[in-house]
Amino acid sequence: MLSSARFSVKNALRLNSRFMSSTTEVPVREALNMAIDQAMEEDDAVYVMGEEVAQYQGAYKVTKGLYQKYGERRVIDTPITEMGFTGLAVGSAYKNLKPIVEFMTFNFSMQAIDQIVNSAAKQYYMSAGDIACPIVFRGANGIAAGVAAQHSQCFAAWYSSVPGLKVVAPYSSEDAKGLLAAAIKDPNPVVVLEQELLYGTPFPMTEEQMGKDFVIPIGQAKIEREGSDVTIVTFSRGVGISLEAAEELATKGISAEVINLRTIRPLDRETILSSVQKTGRVVSVEDGWPQCGVGAEIAAMCMEDDATFDSLDAPVQRLCMADVPMPYAQNLEEAAVPTVGDVVESVSKIMVRQAAA
Amino acid sequence: MPLTTELRVYDHDETPPGTWPVFRVMDEDGSLRDPSVGQSYIDSHSPTLDEAHAIKMFRTMARLSQMDHIFLNAQRQGRISFYMSSQGEEAVHIGSSSALTLQDTIFAQYRETGVLMWRGFTMDQFADQCFSNKGDLGKGRQMPVHYGSRALNWHTISSPLTTQLPQAAGAAMAMKLKAKREGKDSSDGVAVCYFGDGAASEGDFHAAMNFASTLETPVIFFCRNNGFAISTPVRDQYRGDGIVSRAKGYGMYGIRVDGNDLFAVHAATAKAKEIALRENRPVLLETMSYRVGHHSTSDDSTRYRSTDEIKKWTEEDNPIDRFQRYCEGKGWLDDKMVAQIMDEERMQVLQALEKAEKKGPPELSTLFDDIYKEKTPELIRQEEALLEHIAKYPEKYQGGGH
Repeated sequence: MLSSARFSVKNALRLNSRFMSSTTEVPVREALNMAIDQAMEEDDAVYVMGEEVAQYQGAYKVTKGLYQKYGERRVIDTPITEMGFTGLAVGSAYKNLKPIVEFMTFNFSMQAIDQIVNSAAKQYYMSAGDIACPIVFRGANGIAAGVAAQHSQCFAAWYSSVPGLKVVAPYSSEDAKGLLAAAIKDPNPVVVLEQELLYGTPFPMTEEQMGKDFVIPIGQAKIEREGSDVTIVTFSRGVGISLEAAEELATKGISAEVINLRTIRPLDRETILSSVQKTGRVVSVEDGWPQCGVGAEIAAMCMEDDATFDSLDAPVQRLCMADVPMPYAQNLEEAAVPTVGDVVESVSKIMVRQAAA
Repeated sequence: MPLTTELRVYDHDETPPGTWPVFRVMDEDGSLRDPSVGQSYIDSHSPTLDEAHAIKMFRTMARLSQMDHIFLNAQRQGRISFYMSSQGEEAVHIGSSSALTLQDTIFAQYRETGVLMWRGFTMDQFADQCFSNKGDLGKGRQMPVHYGSRALNWHTISSPLTTQLPQAAGAAMAMKLKAKREGKDSSDGVAVCYFGDGAASEGDFHAAMNFASTLETPVIFFCRNNGFAISTPVRDQYRGDGIVSRAKGYGMYGIRVDGNDLFAVHAATAKAKEIALRENRPVLLETMSYRVGHHSTSDDSTRYRSTDEIKKWTEEDNPIDRFQRYCEGKGWLDDKMVAQIMDEERMQVLQALEKAEKKGPPELSTLFDDIYKEKTPELIRQEEALLEHIAKYPEKYQGGGH
């Protein structure tokens, strides 16, 4: 389906792998599975809940094998009611269990958004510290392939605007395992935005990263590729296409620094701003819509900080999905989503500004 | 609706034919409807329903009634911004609460003040929350009547209706698992979830019933059917036989109770708890009563119902009067004692109100607390900026409050 080289995350993989002595190629879904398995083994209070997570092994097989290992008390297949099982999980978290709630995709989380925002996110504050909610909401988010409007929305901007929630968005298998492990351990409610298109993509993982103690701190971005001419700030699928774009830009003499946000809330201001101060130019890349998106926050952040604003040589650019509900037809879909070429063009636009004649 | 003096919680496969009967012990005049049966319920109460206990229950209802009256007026006087009363449901509150312990975890809606009052929340604590002052346990975070108390195992009130139902099922699930892990036969307590006849229309109600049943959780779903959801009468809310009749569809136990009968509410709640704990199954309990007061201080219910109707319920079927008559019949209360109790409780409420009013607002420095368990760098940054700003313009940030 999405076979054009420009869209290929496998290219990004080749560019990304390091030749370390002992790494194993692990697909993202298996890395997620490892994180959940290890957490469940270590802490009896951790349990998984969602549609098709148990006997079916998970709609995307992320929970494969867990039902067989831990049984129906800890891997719970639910009736079809997102508001219901989310509410149930929230109530159990209030009572010190640690639920991992799977949404088949975050598009369906809208059915449960009141429980997520009005209860899970706000209750600790509203109860003045009485009632904590150590819950994880996870599932596929954002652009997929050929599933159209109601299955392709990115919820990063929506959830990351809410105080009380933490929001992470892994790209690689290392990200997936480390961030999910951190989310499960975190005593606050955490939204984990996975990417369906990346579930099957293998990334190299070290022994340490596959081990049970591996955690990526929430709130820390990662510089995937160092550069000096422009900063590309992105997350999830955007990281792959930005790394490919960086390769292409290099052939044109443009050195791009690619930041993998990893966490959308709280944003790693320090990493972002010091990079922008270094390069003076910034492009944000996301799969969500433009208005009030993550890119808007990056732009505001750059301008609100004196040192960063002073260092800008060009306006902040944001590359987003087209301002339309996702269409189905393949050609329409490809035209609506950010591609490697779009990243290259966004960067090129701000490298040289022509003065008006 | 037919009345019954038999305390029976129906399982789903043996539900009553036709309209579900209303369980009652005491008639409106305070006499036992069926003395032999009624007396046995009263005698089997635990703790013992003796004179001292009965007077304590009466006094608590009196305090609730005085609080409602005085705080309502305080809102009209502009001293607090908002209030919701429980007039007409005093027996529902005290009757049920007195059958529960602090081991039971309570999820309420917003019209269960008396339940919390019986559990030990003080008048000062109530007043502090309503005034959102520096003594407020909730640190000034919530509108009035959104009480919370970890110590009393009472979940902080959350406004969106019915969201507490699946949460209560989840909490009960956690309590059941905890007991299992500790090698106990049953949980230490049940989850009790209060909600109104209107809230039962939300999707969360259906989901909660289904989950509680399929996951086999020890939870009492306590529906206060008081006839109204703001201005919507029950005729426009549902067409079935109240809320309890839905129990059959979910495979649950159910019982319907006269909400104005303190003894009946107490006995039914105790029975429901016993069943839930023993069998790890949910029970749907519906109390039938009448919302005498307005929905809230933002409502004027005379716009959608007649003052005659309100008067009728206040005079002819008042839960406090009914219990008072029973106590008078036993020689435990007389006019003089009642007047004295009312007066004492009134004073207590007034004193708490005045004290709370003078306490002053919560500390601005707590604004950024409790968003997360630990403050994120961004929050620390914002907090520092705020405190710096306040230090610069202290005169602009004194006092206040809504």
